[in-house]
Amino acid sequence: MAQNMMTGAEMVLKALVDQGVDTIFGYPGGAVLPIYDALYQQDDIKHVLVRQEGGAAHAAEGYARSTGKVGVLLVTSGPGATNAVTGLTDALMDSIPLVCITGQVPTHLIGNDAFQEADTVGITRPCTKHNWLVKDIKDLARVLHEAFYVARSGRPGPVVVDLPKDIQLTTGLYTPPANVQHKSYRPQVKGDLNKIREAVELIAAAEKPVFYTGGGVINSGPQASQLLRELVRITGFPITSTLMGLGAYPASDKQWLGMLGMHGTFEANHAMHDCDLMICVGARFDDRITGRVNAFSPNSKKIHIDIDPSSINKNVRVDLPIIGDCGHVLEDMIKVWKSKQYRPNRTALEAWWKQIDEWRARDCLRYRPSSDIIKPQYAIQRLHALTKSHDTYITTEVGQHQMWAAQFIGFEEPNRWMTSGGLGTMGYGLPAAIGVQMAHPDALVIDVAGEASIMMNIQELATAIQYRLPVKVFILNNQYMGMVRQWQELLHGNRYSESYMHALPDFVKLAEAFGAVGLRCDKPDALDDTINEMIAIRRPVIVDCMVDQKENCFPMVPSGAAHNEMILGPEDEAHRDISVEGMALV
Amino acid sequence: MEPIRSHTIAVLVDNEAGVLARVIGLFSGRGYNIDSLTVAKVEDSRNLSRITVVTSGTEMVIEQIKAQLDRLVPVHKVQDLTIDGPSLERELALIKVVSTGEKRVEALRLADAFRARVLDSSTQSFVFEITGNTSKIDAFIDLMRGLGLAELSRTGVVAIQRGTGAL
Ligand SMILES: Cc1cc2nc3c(=O)[nH]c(=O)nc-3n(C[C@H](O)[C@H](O)[C@H](O)COP(=O)(O)OP(=O)(O)OC[C@H]3O[C@@H](n4cnc5c(N)ncnc54)[C@H](O)[C@@H]3O)c2cc1C
Ligand SMILES: Cc1ncc(C[n+]2csc(CCOP(=O)(O)OP(=O)(O)O)c2C)c(N)n1
Ligand SMILES: [Mg+2]
Repeated sequence: MAQNMMTGAEMVLKALVDQGVDTIFGYPGGAVLPIYDALYQQDDIKHVLVRQEGGAAHAAEGYARSTGKVGVLLVTSGPGATNAVTGLTDALMDSIPLVCITGQVPTHLIGNDAFQEADTVGITRPCTKHNWLVKDIKDLARVLHEAFYVARSGRPGPVVVDLPKDIQLTTGLYTPPANVQHKSYRPQVKGDLNKIREAVELIAAAEKPVFYTGGGVINSGPQASQLLRELVRITGFPITSTLMGLGAYPASDKQWLGMLGMHGTFEANHAMHDCDLMICVGARFDDRITGRVNAFSPNSKKIHIDIDPSSINKNVRVDLPIIGDCGHVLEDMIKVWKSKQYRPNRTALEAWWKQIDEWRARDCLRYRPSSDIIKPQYAIQRLHALTKSHDTYITTEVGQHQMWAAQFIGFEEPNRWMTSGGLGTMGYGLPAAIGVQMAHPDALVIDVAGEASIMMNIQELATAIQYRLPVKVFILNNQYMGMVRQWQELLHGNRYSESYMHALPDFVKLAEAFGAVGLRCDKPDALDDTINEMIAIRRPVIVDCMVDQKENCFPMVPSGAAHNEMILGPEDEAHRDISVEGMALV
Repeated sequence: MEPIRSHTIAVLVDNEAGVLARVIGLFSGRGYNIDSLTVAKVEDSRNLSRITVVTSGTEMVIEQIKAQLDRLVPVHKVQDLTIDGPSLERELALIKVVSTGEKRVEALRLADAFRARVLDSSTQSFVFEITGNTSKIDAFIDLMRGLGLAELSRTGVVAIQRGTGAL
């Protein structure tokens, strides 16, 4: 009993340890000083001091996505909390489990516009899965454990525990995590067996099927990826994935069609459009995927496996929803398939694959090579070729470089790819890489960046230096907000309004100023040497890779178009008129 | 276009700070309609409140609203009273009518016909209390408009399923 009496601040750390946390990302301030003082007096938890609270949130996301664990950040009240909001929203959109502990002004001052007061639970209510303001020390231990439960259970997401400073200083009784059922939040994990049988029957009868998989497979854990591979192999069906699901299925496999969606492959999108059975596993029919909804895969039956009932029938009506964790559901599907001794329809599948091979023959990721300027696609291809034998993790910023990374880096395993998909947050990649590197100290962690995005959280390079994290920032420097420029070409008559990057820093000198290594490359034949040098340096490195300024990212399903109306390249682009409705879409 | 229908949804929630803000924020953030919303504590022992919300939308939107409500952490149960068998809906209104002479007599006569009670009267005013479903109350209010309707206070809809079933 006596040893379980402690201050609120000590309780926070005790709860973190009991929840299996060994690393947290944070930034101190008045309202969290008691917790920082408790941190100082213990050795179980390593604290990583970021350079801006937004960086703490993205670092925790990178840590979480690359380990499957809950990421934790600790920030002060007011500006500390508001700086974390973008990262929380990012984690909500991408289903990343985070626990964010925010300091708050003492309870008796709440509502008085006290110094550094912000209504943190009010501000973060729409950008968290749940949040709590703890006003009584008696509730603290329970709330902290509940926070971890909510963050990681069902569809994972970020939560906030807002902790007034007086509660951090009050002594109370700590209770360890208990294995009791949550009183109201109990997501369904096992799928309905009747529906699973029905689904397997549809699979056995399908003639033009496709697996459409997403981030949910990664969320479920590595076991789900293994089960997915097994089911895809025994059925012989083609498989595509969203941006968020890359790595769940090996890109080197012949059944892999590449990513689908706005910048997905021709074959993946056409297979989605023409299929007679779509098996969606842990994906959410995002608008980057569906294009024009009323033209989306018009003739297919759709099975949708998802742990969150609100993902079902949100954008697209499906025929057979199965609520549950995709790992469990895939396992049951394989069992049913085997016990009923189903066989896929070989003749039909052969014809389907023949069709798919014709689509593949369009070679949609082709680009015009050059021997004097570096094509961004070529840079990513070389980066992949030279790093794939390493223990590599890739993060990205947001823009064209992100899409080229998704298209040209073949992921073979889950949890190796961290990118901001749903919110599309420029500035995500560097702090995320720091989070990944903290979790995997010996791995090769590379942030594929754009020169505009990297400026959004460049301060985190100091974090990498402080903790000797050898993260690599590989900038595809096109001197434009390339993705913005591409849309201005497509929709706004080449009027490059504010999308040219004037006054860029010298990235080599910038790296050196931080204490990192800077490398520059502007010739295709020097590229391999630069990449190899980058890999060999066991310190943070920025590579300023000067690429073709005018290259655009193809293929592309323009806004408001259907999957079978892709633009394949610049020649194709010229004769496209985008509808008025299409122009209004993001 | 799918037809738009009105649904009455009962939501059992933890009676804790912020729950109502969460529910209302969900509706405003996602652009759903709130036609009426009531909330009160209903269970002391488990500290639960019941929210009754009347909303409207296509079948797909209503399905979304229910799924979105259900995944809020402090929500225990969500019931669509419009779909789950027959249910009862009631609303209470307090209506102040200020008039004299013929109009005053007529207001009182109509109140009687609608079984509205007189809660307060002065020589020139009445406060009526009326309960019933929304359309009955709307009808009564419409009649009072010509008879000196001065002020209106309505509770919004509360509803419950008929028969033995319980939320
Ligand atoms: C510039 C830019 C361009 C983009 N272009 C594309 C593009 O071309 N193609 C593309 O695919 N994306 C693209 N995106 C990303 C896109 O915006 C979405 O983030 C992405 O498509 C969503 O992926 P997802 O459907 O896998 O869903 P996620 O956001 O990963 O959601 C996961 C789904 O799985 C469910 N789930 C979670 N856990 C489980 C579990 N254990 N079991 C079962 N289900 C679970 C969740 O409830 C949810 O429905 C782009 C983003 C940017 C920034
Ligand atoms: C925080 C934030 N602000 C604005 C945007 C809109 N946006 C999307 S891509 C992009 C340009 C990115 O430029 P860069 O990092 O150079 O990448 P490139 O497209 O050139 O590869 C912008 C401004 C965003 N996604 N995030
Ligand atoms: Mg750029």
